[in-house]
Amino acid sequence: MGNGGSEVETSAPQSLLGMRGLSKHFGPVQAMQNVDLEVKAGEVLALIGDNGAGKSTLIKTIAGIWAPSAGKIFWKGKEVHIHSPRDAADLGIATVYQDLALCDNLDIVQNMYLGREETRLGILNEIEMEITTRKTLADLSVTTVKSARQLVGSLSGGQRQAVAVARAVMRESEMVILDEPTAALGVSQTAQVLELIKTLSSQGIAVLVISHNLVDVFAVADRIAVMYLGAMVHTGPIGDYDTASAVELITTGTLGRAGTSVSSAL
Amino acid sequence: MSISHEQGPTPGPAAPGATLSNVKSQLKTLWQGDTGLVPVLLGLLVLVIYFQIRSSVFLSAGNLTNLFTQATIFVLLGMAEVWLLLLGDIDLSLGYVMGLSAAIATILVDNQFHLSWILAMLVAVGVSTFIGFLHGTIVIRLRLPSFIVTLAGLLVWEGVMIWTIDSNGSGGTIALNEKVMYDLVSGQLTVLVTWVFVLVLVAFMGYSMVRTYQKRLASGLDVKPFYFIIVKVVVLAIAGIVMVLVFNANRGSFTVIRGMPFAVPIDFAVLGGGSFLLTKTRPGRYLYAIGGNSEGARRAGVNVNRYRLMAFMLAGFTAGIAGLLYASRLGGISDGVDGGNLVLLAVASAVIGGCSLYGGRGRMIHAVIGGVVIATVYNGMALVGIATSAQYIVTGLVLLAAVSVDSLARRGNTMLR
Repeated sequence: MGNGGSEVETSAPQSLLGMRGLSKHFGPVQAMQNVDLEVKAGEVLALIGDNGAGKSTLIKTIAGIWAPSAGKIFWKGKEVHIHSPRDAADLGIATVYQDLALCDNLDIVQNMYLGREETRLGILNEIEMEITTRKTLADLSVTTVKSARQLVGSLSGGQRQAVAVARAVMRESEMVILDEPTAALGVSQTAQVLELIKTLSSQGIAVLVISHNLVDVFAVADRIAVMYLGAMVHTGPIGDYDTASAVELITTGTLGRAGTSVSSAL
Repeated sequence: MSISHEQGPTPGPAAPGATLSNVKSQLKTLWQGDTGLVPVLLGLLVLVIYFQIRSSVFLSAGNLTNLFTQATIFVLLGMAEVWLLLLGDIDLSLGYVMGLSAAIATILVDNQFHLSWILAMLVAVGVSTFIGFLHGTIVIRLRLPSFIVTLAGLLVWEGVMIWTIDSNGSGGTIALNEKVMYDLVSGQLTVLVTWVFVLVLVAFMGYSMVRTYQKRLASGLDVKPFYFIIVKVVVLAIAGIVMVLVFNANRGSFTVIRGMPFAVPIDFAVLGGGSFLLTKTRPGRYLYAIGGNSEGARRAGVNVNRYRLMAFMLAGFTAGIAGLLYASRLGGISDGVDGGNLVLLAVASAVIGGCSLYGGRGRMIHAVIGGVVIATVYNGMALVGIATSAQYIVTGLVLLAAVSVDSLARRGNTMLR
């Protein structure tokens, strides 16, 4: 029990993003096979799995880094083809990769607007951009940065993560993909980022978060999806899991010695 | 001051208590300024005082004017390098690109071709820009380090320059006989126009600072204390008036020569145009972004290759302008131009001024200040009678000090720009 694709419990109209039979192979290597997954508006869905389980392959497919070999992607019930990161951004899907891709030598405002600066008659409209930046940060309850004109290189890890997330959501994104947002962060920084994830979801933004840290996952996730060797082995609300069952799913892909709380859900 | 809107009155400078630490931090901000220029300017002041003590003619109007025209080449070529240093790139061939531009302009206004000065200048600068385009294209398409490509360029364009001069002149030199081009450096504004130029410039800078302050205040954004602006405007005004007095003093020995040399407004024009592009427009912003994190810029949707190519072309363009002034200063062109040495001094100018060699940090004004520092060292040591060999050594040590500061700043305080 528990192996193969799990039951999809949401109907299409309810889900923001849907995947059906999504597969990706690189030559003979099958990185992701026959994955079904639904992401609902405003939920925090944690995607967990061991290294090489296909988590990155999955998010890069959604983010438009590459096209799937087979399968379909639905956005608000309609089938979509995401060919480039720009396609994903146009739909309202923003991705924050682990390296954040921030420019340390630019300030927060400049980073937030990089690549889509506001101009008036060809001249950068700094004041307009700074006002919106401050508002975005305030909306996300990011209060620890002193000034929106601080250089990003002078920020802490958690603040940098916050800037990267704020940049992602500023363009009216409806879904944010976070790749290992708490890796390499200290305890209080991690707490800041988890708080940020909760704020996002409370504003109706769907968050798909990849994490190795089960403590963080249990702290913020509404649902958990587990991948194992390229396949989606289990999806369910957070209540279905405890640490032991999550670890077992991550490491073996099955629940042979079924955990107490999980067996009922399956 | 906090980002959050809920917070009431921000703990600004007006808040009672905590005054001493506030004043301290404000002084620190003033010291670092927007650009961290104050330490370099103090260094320059020390040099000036030393040379004046050693030689009483150093601060004479004639010598200072000469110093500014000497600095023009370092300044312009330094600004050319800033475009590329911002990306962490470099163009080692710009000295000879400048020489070639000078040669082309000189030859084209000659009796043989007798093109108008404006056309000759356009062709010369056009060729320099095209050379920048070539370098950029090779660097980007073949993914080679700019250091190597332009090292090859240094040899190639030296050859092309010598060939151009030798096949059009005799004895390896061509004299410049065209009035307008000759006057680029040697000609001057009238006394009145010098005053108007400097005062309008200071007034404009003050006006734009106040306007920005008011706009930010009206939008509810953080502002630095207003007296920062007053201090800046006063400093600028004093510097401007001193400049005018120097340029407007009679520096001729037999005839009366007064007024600002044309070279100075040309420097200001390039400085203003370059700074505007770098700080007020998207392309400028992207140069900083690429220099800071080119992968990040690419993922943010910046066409990295396009802007890198633009930087190479702007470097060529600026070096072309430097060539026009070089020809004017020499009164012609010689095939003995030491473009290799000049380009190193140009890079040194930018770095001494505060531009980073690692990319992402630097301004046009850095090349101007650095260029003036180098010209001061050369001019002062020549006046004092120190041998050329020692001049090289001292310039080298100044450069080493500047690079060390750059490197330490990079490792330490990321707030430095």
